[in-house]
Amino acid sequence: MKRDTGLSAADVTRAQVEDFLYREAALLDEWRLDEWLSLLTGDARYHVPSNDRPDADPASALFTIADDIARIRARVTRLKDRNAHAEHPHSRTRRMISNVRIVEREGDALRVEANFVVWRFRRDERIREYVGRYRYRLRVESGELKIAKREALIDAMELGSLGSVSFIL
Amino acid sequence: MNDRPLVRNDPAALDFRVNRAAMVDPAILELERGRIFDVCWIYAGHESEVRAPGDFKTRTVCGRPVIFCRDGKNAIRVFLNTCRHRGAMVCREPEGNARVYSCFYHGWTYDRDGNLAGVPGEASYPKSFRKCDWGLTEAPRVESYRGFVFVNFDAGAMPLEEYLAGAKEYIDLVVDQSPSGRMEIIHGTQEYDIRANWKLLVENSFDDYHLLTTHSTWLDYMRSSGVQMKKPEPGHMLPSHGVGRSLGNGHGVVDNENFRGRPVAKWIPLYGEAARPEIERIRAELFARLGEERARRVADTNRNLVVFPNLVLNDGSSVTVRTFHPLAADHMRVSAFALGPVEETPAARAIRLDSFLTFYGPGGFATPDDIEALEMVQAGLAATCREVPWSVMTRGMEKTGEQLNTDELHLRAFWQQWDKLMQGDRP
Repeated sequence: MKRDTGLSAADVTRAQVEDFLYREAALLDEWRLDEWLSLLTGDARYHVPSNDRPDADPASALFTIADDIARIRARVTRLKDRNAHAEHPHSRTRRMISNVRIVEREGDALRVEANFVVWRFRRDERIREYVGRYRYRLRVESGELKIAKREALIDAMELGSLGSVSFIL
Repeated sequence: MNDRPLVRNDPAALDFRVNRAAMVDPAILELERGRIFDVCWIYAGHESEVRAPGDFKTRTVCGRPVIFCRDGKNAIRVFLNTCRHRGAMVCREPEGNARVYSCFYHGWTYDRDGNLAGVPGEASYPKSFRKCDWGLTEAPRVESYRGFVFVNFDAGAMPLEEYLAGAKEYIDLVVDQSPSGRMEIIHGTQEYDIRANWKLLVENSFDDYHLLTTHSTWLDYMRSSGVQMKKPEPGHMLPSHGVGRSLGNGHGVVDNENFRGRPVAKWIPLYGEAARPEIERIRAELFARLGEERARRVADTNRNLVVFPNLVLNDGSSVTVRTFHPLAADHMRVSAFALGPVEETPAARAIRLDSFLTFYGPGGFATPDDIEALEMVQAGLAATCREVPWSVMTRGMEKTGEQLNTDELHLRAFWQQWDKLMQGDRP
């Protein structure tokens, strides 16, 4: 169901970007991971850098997550498998996205930054609170926004009590 | 302790059990701090993490804040990070290069060698006060083996190399991957907590028995990426032949034929065709330098090494240096680093790091499930350990000769050493 909304990178508004990010957040919170995959470009990347090297390159520094599109898809396959024990039963997550800014436009692409707070609930455990910012590279393809790159930068000095990042942050 | 044996070893009855109170009781953790962490050689860092005079990292080792650094002559030093005046931490940065270490509270400063260099208003101190008496305090013993730096808070401890015993052979297998014998810690630290007793991660780090069930999604991922997995040989559970070995002083290893690819140096489809010539070049260098037998030993086996009590070197899909410290009986903090040869090309380095992430770390395809398993163990045994006091650890106990990686000889060796030290013996 391809629908051409006629968007172009030159005149997409912050409100349109916010709608898009909120929709992504809802899909992830509801574990609709296949639909989430459809928001990504065919060459998308998903990165979570190490807390002590937020601006590094995954080719030369150890990250927490550095997925190309093949591994993003494999990650989704894994998360849908009942044997992905860290996320079965699924964590409940609730994402708050704010301070959304379009920081640059170049050709068909946008650089977008946003803050996030993601609460994660597992079993009867304490709340785990992931706080940080997203750096997105969005691209307009056939008149629709798509995610070419999403980076989640966690503010904490170390993951500490957050434990693992076994869900899509 | 003696009125409550925590490890029951009865070879005649083929019985070996561990009392679950060892994972739960805060009094046992307190005893461990004195009888294990304060007398064993504890990994503090790698020489490559600090390179030039004044380079430092601050970290916590054996529950103590330390400055892991190079002094003015570029020697490795490990200072306790506490001002000799009132006790404040004198270095508050995670890493950097220091001209002096300066305590902001009253302004005392120490030079790179730890000497007290500056005291504001020094004239008000009586003549009994001599600055040379009040330098930063060092860990009593600091020694290194092939780049790995350990500290010991027992001044009378045996030398590090003697302590490492059979673990040295396995550290050599890691370091021999570098043409110059120099490995380096790569930037980027994975630091995460597990709500479980620290000894559960010791077990998990060299327990291949859990691989099929805990990590089936990782095995599926490897398979779907084109990695060939043979059917296990008779009597084996896993696709490759592997053994478990005790290496003395509580150290142990699982030593397995490789099937999962190695940056040094076994190409698998997951690395991509473009990476193939580079991996083959590394392999050829290894064979030319070490000879065929040794090169195959380095390049075609994977080893998960535990250096008693809390250092793990996982030499497989990548090389992981992992150390962990108890914060409470049911809570540990883990630090994990990637290690690679200093000569590695950018292309090979990228493969190493990518390959690390497929399995390891808080966002990997396997470690999160280990974390979940350990937290489930802790949750299961903590409140039940009076009614369900013992965990059985007898796999392989009836065998003579070779023990498999899925047996528990090496786990028993860890626990026997732990028990010996907890009774008050020295390592």
